[in-house]
Amino acid sequence: MMDALLDGGLALSLPFLAWLVLHTEALSQAVVLFVAMGLMSALAWARLEAPDIALVEAAVGTGLTGALLMHTLSWTEESQAETRTRSTRWLGDALAATVLTAVLGWAVLALPLHSQGLGPMVKARLEESGVDHPVTAVLLNFRGYDTLLEIAVLLVAALGARAVNPRTERPSLETADDPLTGELFRMTTPSVLLLAGYLVWVGAHGPGGAFQAGAILAGGGVVAILTTRVGTPRMSSWQVRWALLTGPLLFVGVAVAPLFSGGQLLEFPPRLAGTLIFIVELALTVSITLVLLMFFPAVRPPKVEHEGTP
Amino acid sequence: MNPWVLYALSGMVMFSVGLVGLFTHQHVVKRILAANIMGSGVLLVLVALARRVPSGPPDPVPHALVLTGIVVSVSSTALGVALARRISRLKSMDAASSRTGPEGS
Repeated sequence: MMDALLDGGLALSLPFLAWLVLHTEALSQAVVLFVAMGLMSALAWARLEAPDIALVEAAVGTGLTGALLMHTLSWTEESQAETRTRSTRWLGDALAATVLTAVLGWAVLALPLHSQGLGPMVKARLEESGVDHPVTAVLLNFRGYDTLLEIAVLLVAALGARAVNPRTERPSLETADDPLTGELFRMTTPSVLLLAGYLVWVGAHGPGGAFQAGAILAGGGVVAILTTRVGTPRMSSWQVRWALLTGPLLFVGVAVAPLFSGGQLLEFPPRLAGTLIFIVELALTVSITLVLLMFFPAVRPPKVEHEGTP
Repeated sequence: MNPWVLYALSGMVMFSVGLVGLFTHQHVVKRILAANIMGSGVLLVLVALARRVPSGPPDPVPHALVLTGIVVSVSSTALGVALARRISRLKSMDAASSRTGPEGS
């Protein structure tokens, strides 16, 4: 009974929050509601027995995205929340969303019931993958392509973000020197490092892995950027470039190596698979942390722009 | 009604709300938010479908796909946000030059 109540509440609150996000006047409120929606969906994923996804959603989808969006709000002007397109078209919007949901719902509910999915296949080959956790096995062994291309997407996005705003890596002149938050950062650093290390290690046996660990480290890094004089990693420095490339290069190396001994691309020898996956995950953690951190601009927004009246 | 049906329906409503919002809003941050909501809806449907197995643990393959999806959606959001910042800077530069332009000439 309680379960049904919780599921029903979550399933109702998610679309409602989504609607609220898009229909509040103030952009800062919309972002806060968006973060709330992300936390609710992390709960929903925990209810759907997907703890890996709940972890990533809470750290990346909600934490880092929320911080990024909040940071953006201080750059773009808040005033242009469109007031004329509201209220008159409210009914049309609701109607369009309902029709779309009905069509999609029909398509999804028409799927054959009680299909087995790919679960049994993964379970049958889990022994050979080198890890005990099915999601890690799928990510790094059975569907290694996905993860390899995903890290490429991350790199391209970081390069693109830096390319359109080349001056964001200039360290900001007025660093905040708040003793409280700085002390908080120093106190939380050990636990952040411990948690990230644990998550990489546990990835082989349970929910966790490179993305979760990288997200948590990047979260700690964002706090460091905001509270200390560290500054974001600079694309111009060689150390940062090599650290960015460790994950992808090592992964490509591990993927290509079997080709020389008559194997296939991304085919790990079963004896070494566990070790190789752990090494690749460690390297990926470094790259993911840096990429996620580089999305975050170090420069504070200009305050003089919006003075308005001359 | 199975719980997965409930969450799948919820995901589809989120997707629809996001898609409609993407078309009806003008502000770039609202559009980024709408695209993110659409993404969350799709991922929710995928995870719900992973639970359709009659017994035992859920299907791990959609879970791995969703993990990839979340990370990709974060990077697309970051790129969108960077573009938004660039646009707003160009706009403020335009405004500044049009303010000072008539005085100078």
